[in-house]
Amino acid sequence: MMQRRKFIKALFAASALALMPIKAFAAMWNTPAFQAIKLQEALTALQISNVSLSNNIQIIAPDKAENGAVVQIEVTSHIPNTESIAIFVENNPTVLIANFMFSEGADGFVVTRIKMAETSDVLAVIKSGNRYFSAKKRVEVLENGCG
Amino acid sequence: MSENMRMRAQIKGEITEVKVLMTHPMETGRRKNDVGDLIPANFIQLVSATLNGKPLIEAQWGTAISKNPYLTFHLRGAKVGDVVRVNWTDNQGKTGAGEIAVSAA
Repeated sequence: MMQRRKFIKALFAASALALMPIKAFAAMWNTPAFQAIKLQEALTALQISNVSLSNNIQIIAPDKAENGAVVQIEVTSHIPNTESIAIFVENNPTVLIANFMFSEGADGFVVTRIKMAETSDVLAVIKSGNRYFSAKKRVEVLENGCG
Repeated sequence: MSENMRMRAQIKGEITEVKVLMTHPMETGRRKNDVGDLIPANFIQLVSATLNGKPLIEAQWGTAISKNPYLTFHLRGAKVGDVVRVNWTDNQGKTGAGEIAVSAA
């Protein structure tokens, strides 16, 4: 009897393990980072610290955005071994916009379109090894895009 | 290619430029409809891109990516005919995908 019970227990444990990858994928989205209202909270949730300003990051964004609902942002990192680019808008209701993680074969480069609630700095933070680098670009928003 | 994604992947010198346009409302959860009710948040949270099945980019998005998300990224070492695939998952569990063969510019 005991043997059988043990076996069933083990079977349940194994099937729980089989479900893990799906759970891990769902848990991947960094809820505290995306819910953060203050920049420092978002950085902490992403385990980003000791960020140094870098001239090797280029942010291309309009000086003035007519419509805050669609603001095109281009970030190019010339920092060797760029592993990720996180984009923040300091004056949005939640500050973290997106975090792009690159594997070998993809450049540290991204273009996307974002919503901006009001005039703000757009901040890009690059991870390379255990180091973090950042650059900023001010975008003046003439019409709120967060609705 | 699926109806909720338009893609292009072109070799331009050393890099392959991939452009992606997804169809998605990207609702923040803060907007109200005509009768003043909040429209529930509905936005893409996870995006991944692969080249011939090999992972290239994984992204996490919040609510502030614009409606019908647009994305450009650059690959190295891709050849004509290689397949770039993009998958997304939104906060309501819906998924979308598209793929395109790399072409010469």
